Amino acid sequence: MTFVAPAVFDVARIRADFPILERTVRGKPLVYLDNAATTQKPQPVLDAIAHYYTELNANVHRGVHELSERATEAYEAARSRVRTFFNAADTHEIVFTRNATEGINLVAHSFARPRLQAGDEVLITAFEHHSNIVPWQLACEATGARLRVAPIDDRGELMLDEFERLLGPRTKIASVSHMSNALGTITPAREIVRLAHARGVPVLLDGSQAAYHMPVDVQALGCDFYVATGHKLYGPTGIGVLYGRTGHLDAMPPFLGGGDMISSVTFERSAWNVLPYKFEAGTPHIAGAIALHAALDYLTSAGLDAVSAYERQLLDYGTAALQDVPGLRIIGTAPEKASILSFVMDGVHPHDIGTIVDREGVAIRTGHHCAQPVMERFGVPATARASLAMYNTREELDVLVRALHRVRQVFG
Amino acid sequence: MADLNDLYQEVILDHNRRPRNFHALADASHQAEGYNPLCGDRLTLYLRIDNGVIADVAFEGSGCAISKASASMMTDALKGRRVDEARALFERFHRMVTTSPDEPVEDLGKLSALAGVREFPVRVKCASLAWHTLKAAMARETKTTTETEGW
Ligand SMILES: Cc1ncc(COP(=O)(O)O)c(C=O)c1O
Repeated sequence: MTFVAPAVFDVARIRADFPILERTVRGKPLVYLDNAATTQKPQPVLDAIAHYYTELNANVHRGVHELSERATEAYEAARSRVRTFFNAADTHEIVFTRNATEGINLVAHSFARPRLQAGDEVLITAFEHHSNIVPWQLACEATGARLRVAPIDDRGELMLDEFERLLGPRTKIASVSHMSNALGTITPAREIVRLAHARGVPVLLDGSQAAYHMPVDVQALGCDFYVATGHKLYGPTGIGVLYGRTGHLDAMPPFLGGGDMISSVTFERSAWNVLPYKFEAGTPHIAGAIALHAALDYLTSAGLDAVSAYERQLLDYGTAALQDVPGLRIIGTAPEKASILSFVMDGVHPHDIGTIVDREGVAIRTGHHCAQPVMERFGVPATARASLAMYNTREELDVLVRALHRVRQVFG
Repeated sequence: MADLNDLYQEVILDHNRRPRNFHALADASHQAEGYNPLCGDRLTLYLRIDNGVIADVAFEGSGCAISKASASMMTDALKGRRVDEARALFERFHRMVTTSPDEPVEDLGKLSALAGVREFPVRVKCASLAWHTLKAAMARETKTTTETEGW
C-alpha cells in the first residue's frame, strides 16, 4: 500500500484535537516539547477512556453477562488494532503489557534466561535506554552471561561493523533501540536484524520512540520481538505492547502467574492458557487497551508517513534555529534521526536551561534521559532535550529559541 | 509570580562562574560524595578538621548553577567554624530553603541569596546537595571522634 502524503500537513487541525495544548503555563501558552517522555492525548483517546468507564466497565474473559462480553470484545478489538498497526502476522502475537519496560523484562526473563548459560552473551548498543540495559544485566547476573555493548560514533550512529563483529557464536540475543530517546538516531533496524539472523541471533527491537514517529512493520523488519509503550503513542499510561513471533511465544514459559494466564489449575499443577493470554496474568488495563485503540486510529488517520515527513521538516527547522543561540551544541547529529533536539550550552548547566525556559511556558527535559551511558559517551553530565510530536509547530520552536536567548542573557 | 532574578541573583551567578575552594584537598581528614540521581549533579566535599574546627574545606564536581554556587558559598561560610556550628548552620540553611515562600526566613547573610529556590520547588534539592554532603562527611567525623575519644 502506498500512502500519498498530503501536500500540507494540517497541524492546526491536529492541535485542535489536543485539549491540553490550549492551556497556559506560568501565564504563557504551553509549548510542550517533552514528547519523548510522553505525548499528549487527543480527544478521541480521552473519550474512549470516559466511554469505557461510563458504558462498558466489566472484567474481561470472565463473565457471561452483557457488559463483560462487550468489554472483552472491545479489549480484543484493541489487540487486533495493534496487530494491524504493527503488521504482525497474527493477533495472538500481540501481548498487552504495562509499558515497554515490562515487555523487555518479559523477553529477558522468559525467552533469554532459559537460553543463557555462563559465558553466553547478550548484545545491546551504547545508546540504549536504561529499560533496555537493566533487564539484560539482571538476566546476565542470574546466568553468568556477559553483556556486550556495540559502540556509537560521534554523530550518535550505531557502528554497524562493530555490531557485526560483536555478534559471536555465544550471542544469544541482541536487543536494540529502533530509535534513541537521547539522540534521536534511527537505527538501521532491518540491517541489524539481517546481520543477527545471519548468525542465528534473535533480535528484540525497542520501538518506544520509533513507533510514534514512523510506520513500523514488524514483518518487514523481520525482528523476533518488538516493544512499544502506549503513553508515547498518544495513548494512556499503563498500557504497552509486546510483539513476539508465534514460535518464540509458544516455546516460552509464562512471565507472571495468576488469573487469566492459565487454562486449568490444581494444586499439583496448572496448564498455561493459549497465546497471548499465557502472558497476561491478572486483570489487564482494559480501559488502557481500548484507549490505545483510539490512539492508534488517530495516528493512522493523521497518516504516519505524513507525520514523519512533517516532523522531519520541523526537526530541520529546529536544528537550524538552534544554531542561532551562541554557544549551543547539538548532541546527536546522525543523518537518520527524528524529532529529538538534545543540546548543551557553554557555561550553562541543562537544569538551569530547563528552569529558565519553563518560565516562558516551554516544557523540555533536562538530565540524562535514562541513558547515562550516552551522556558518558559524549562527555556531558546531562543535556537539555526538546522532543517533537506531530502537533508541534515552527512558531513553538521560535519560542524555544527566544527562551534560550533569555538563558544566555541571564548567564552572560 | 517568582522572578527568575530571585533565583539567579548576581552573587549566585558569580559563584557559579568562579566557584571558590573548587579543588581537591590533599590533606582532607573527611570526605563525602553527594549525588543527585534525578539530575546527575555530583560533588565531592573535602574537609580538614583540626580539633573540632573546620580548618579547610573544598569541593569538586559538576552540577547546575544553583548546586555549584551553593557548594561554593557553603565552603566560604564554613571555613574556621567549629563542627557544632557547622551542624547548626546546616539546620538553619535547611529551614531557610524549605520554608514556604510566603513566610519570613532568618537572615543568613550571603547564604540568604539562596532563599530564592523556595519559589522553585524542584530546585531545592540542587541548593541542598552540598549541605547534605557536608552532613554525611561530618557524620563520619562523629564516628571517628566517638571512637577516638572512647565514648
Ligand atoms: C527508547 C526507550 N526505551 C524504553 C523506554 C521506557 O518506556 P516505559 O517507561 O514506558 O516503559 C523509553 C521511554 O522513556 C524509551 O524512550
